[in-house]
Amino acid sequence: MSQKLEVKLTVNGRDYVLSLEPRWTLADVLREHCGLTGTHLGCEHGVCGACTVMIDGQAVRSCLMFAVQAQGKAIVTVEGLAGPGGELHPLQQAFIDHHALQCGFCTPGFLMLAHATLLESPDIDDEALIDILASNLCRCTGYKNILAAVKTAAAVMKARRRQP
Amino acid sequence: MTGASVTAFEKGKTRVFGRSVSRIEDLPLVTGRGRYVADLDFPRQIHMRVVRSEEAHGRIVAIRLDAARAVPGVVAVWTHADIAGLPPIDFRDPAAEALKPYRQPLLAKGVVRYVGEPVAVVLAESPYVAEDAAELVAVEVEALPPLLDAAAPPAAFAPGLSTEALELSQEYGDVAAAFREAHCIVEAELSIGRHSGVPMECRGAIGRYDAAYDVLELWGAAKVPHRNREALARFFGRPSSSVQLHECHVGGGFGIRGELYPEDFLVCAASMRLGCPVKWIEDRREHLIAANHSRQQHHRVRAAVDAEGRILALEDAIFLDQGAYVRTHGARVLDLTLAMLPGPYRVPAFRAVGHFRLTNKTPAATYRAPGRYEGTFVRERLLDAIAARLGLDGVAIRRRNLIASNEMPYARQLTANGHPIILDSGDYAGLLRAALEAFGWEETEARLRERRAAGEFVGAGLSFFLEKSGQGPSDSALVSVDSGGFVEVVTGGASLGQGFETAMAQICAETLGVDYRRVRVVHGQTDRIRFGIGAHASRATVMTGGAVHAAASEVRRKALAQASVLLQAPADELDIVEGRVVRRDAPMGASISLGELSRASGPGRDGAGNGMPGLYSESWFHTEGMAFPYGVHIAVVRVDRATGQVAVERYFVATDVGRAVNPMMVEGQIAGGVVQGLGGALYEEFRYDAAGQPLSATFAAYLMPTMREAPKVEVLIAEDAPSPNNPLGIKGVGEGGCTGAGAAIASAIDAAIGRPGAVTALPATPERVLSLLEAARR
Ligand code: FES
Ligand code: FES
Repeated sequence: MSQKLEVKLTVNGRDYVLSLEPRWTLADVLREHCGLTGTHLGCEHGVCGACTVMIDGQAVRSCLMFAVQAQGKAIVTVEGLAGPGGELHPLQQAFIDHHALQCGFCTPGFLMLAHATLLESPDIDDEALIDILASNLCRCTGYKNILAAVKTAAAVMKARRRQP
Repeated sequence: MTGASVTAFEKGKTRVFGRSVSRIEDLPLVTGRGRYVADLDFPRQIHMRVVRSEEAHGRIVAIRLDAARAVPGVVAVWTHADIAGLPPIDFRDPAAEALKPYRQPLLAKGVVRYVGEPVAVVLAESPYVAEDAAELVAVEVEALPPLLDAAAPPAAFAPGLSTEALELSQEYGDVAAAFREAHCIVEAELSIGRHSGVPMECRGAIGRYDAAYDVLELWGAAKVPHRNREALARFFGRPSSSVQLHECHVGGGFGIRGELYPEDFLVCAASMRLGCPVKWIEDRREHLIAANHSRQQHHRVRAAVDAEGRILALEDAIFLDQGAYVRTHGARVLDLTLAMLPGPYRVPAFRAVGHFRLTNKTPAATYRAPGRYEGTFVRERLLDAIAARLGLDGVAIRRRNLIASNEMPYARQLTANGHPIILDSGDYAGLLRAALEAFGWEETEARLRERRAAGEFVGAGLSFFLEKSGQGPSDSALVSVDSGGFVEVVTGGASLGQGFETAMAQICAETLGVDYRRVRVVHGQTDRIRFGIGAHASRATVMTGGAVHAAASEVRRKALAQASVLLQAPADELDIVEGRVVRRDAPMGASISLGELSRASGPGRDGAGNGMPGLYSESWFHTEGMAFPYGVHIAVVRVDRATGQVAVERYFVATDVGRAVNPMMVEGQIAGGVVQGLGGALYEEFRYDAAGQPLSATFAAYLMPTMREAPKVEVLIAEDAPSPNNPLGIKGVGEGGCTGAGAAIASAIDAAIGRPGAVTALPATPERVLSLLEAARR
């Protein structure tokens, strides 16, 4: 088809040197070439948010971005959320504790959206948080447990910052 | 049924049954390690892309494939001519002979009947190449006029075949006399929009033929793997023992995922013919035009009532828009609509006629609460209309007609799927009372009256629903304890994300006396167990749960019998705590672990006895009757008079679940169901233009509720009426959250705009509500 380009992607702190067609989306490359299938595709047209990853601290829909555009940036996917020893991120723990997932298909997208949001605005109020979380779709939970989980995680993260 | 009844299941005395423990499913799903079918790859696999009809109705004149075939990396391109030897897709259960000519071929045969119908497939080395090549397939179609309204007069499906494929009716009592003698007759014309389950994961399937052992595998199975195995085996004329279905993680089901569609057969056929695994992953546009739609019905309903508002008879004519073909369910949704229409009320005489009609839209089938969401909307609208006519309030009219608890079990003279409907248990009026009190109905109504007086368009609406669950007749499970004391439960159930593994682990753990986290639950793998009912129609927890309970009870009995020899105490003086057998009177004394017992009773060991060695049992659960959950939905809405937008301020559901295995998961099911129900009530609709072109083929056009629209659903779980039809008393909880939503929302909008009976069609979109407001002004 088209000419392949040599691209270096940095995902979850690890470098991947890949030969990619320019038209391949970041989501496809993460899934097919990096083996990181935690990033899901629910629509491939930028509405559902299942494909959300974090790029340089911002939540981004990886189905709407070409992989070559992500060169030189720090990409974090759901696989990069837990600590090095596998200890769960407060968001992951809160999602389990609050039953904020059923089928789990939307979960990586919500986790990454919430993660980026809380990094940027740790003190975000409920209304603003709902506005942001309303940009992703979930078909199973009815959302209320997702909101509760994110609020709990925000509180845990804040408490952790206070006690070094 | 099981012999051993376990005292630990007594209410308030359980260790893990009935408790809101966290789910054993969650860890891989929150860490990105789940494996949905799109995440699965096999060596040497190729990819399939479907070329779909762009016309709603027409004759195929020519299909040009040369350009697609010439694309490097394309392995094959097929049209109907290439698979002409394969039959159309059959019904899963025996269905009326009259429906046979309406079955869907794998690829369009001479005629296209809906936009999205598979016409050709491209098989190629990568999904990108398959997609590129598919765009080069040119389908030339001579357009025919599309039929888009099921309530319009039928047309010809084919020469000599009407688009009305079937007429179904059910009736009892003297309907004519009731209408003759009625105090008054209340009529309504109502419709429910076309919408569907739309899970977040699109469909997907991988066909893999293993020539070495002559086994055909289908990966990405869901919902009913064992029954789909039978269907696939019949289709390909293979022994069913040579067909294996494998479920991966499934991103939501809701009735539509896991049915057999053309693509499932095509990946299997291609893998056998081409000798390599064939993977197909649906994209969202395809999903919205090709996966089963649901719900679209039009009703002309009327009730005969006496002066006090008691229903004397109910009569309904139903027009169901089936879309272009009849799929695996046959006319199931229509049958369920008829059967469940009277719901929780005493209806002395009843007649309903259902017209099962084909149109040129995507084929339809079941979606969560099939026939009940629709029927509940119709029946509850009618009750509201009766109340308005007689000047009663909505609560009083329902109280007057609800079946009383002392009438249980209550035999309805109707059948669902051929099974007689016998309402098993329930205190309907009691739950209504509890719901109104917990919700604060009186106070809320008073406040809403004040707000209305101050000019706001706010109102509350209520609906009562009756669900159906746990249809038998049978299911089985295998429970075994290994030498390390870990437990494996093998079921023929399926998981669509509803927490099946946790629920089964809880039932097994409670019965056996082990930690539920030491229980592994297998589901959706046809090579692990011979039978399975899968997960649909809220059957899994009741039926498979019943079987797991039976098998675990038998393993418990075996363990206690063995331990009684070793601990020198009668079996009934022993208990199992945290996986160790102890004496009830000395729980800290001598003990023996289940792992040790498993080892001691292994094949060839002394403890094995003459029977089956090991701590193992395969057991069955049989039941004749169904369990009928029921409940109340209450909605408070605010209508924006400028835009017609409806905001849901509060939403409350009370439901009797018999016994809740895990209240947290029950609440999750209800909350999720409500939000889906609201979608169909307010936003979601597959629209078509006059030419039959779908207008809702993206998530920007097909509007599902987000966190902004979703109310914080309040749930009251009642356990007043355990089902007598299974040993745990469980009723299924998968659907009740959805069932009453359309009806409650419609009633609340009526109240908000002060026009009883105004809402006659769902979804109540801003456009529709605005026109109601305008009509009110006139
Ligand atoms: S897959 Fe990217 S937004 Fe839906
Ligand atoms: S948990 Fe299934 S889509 Fe959100």
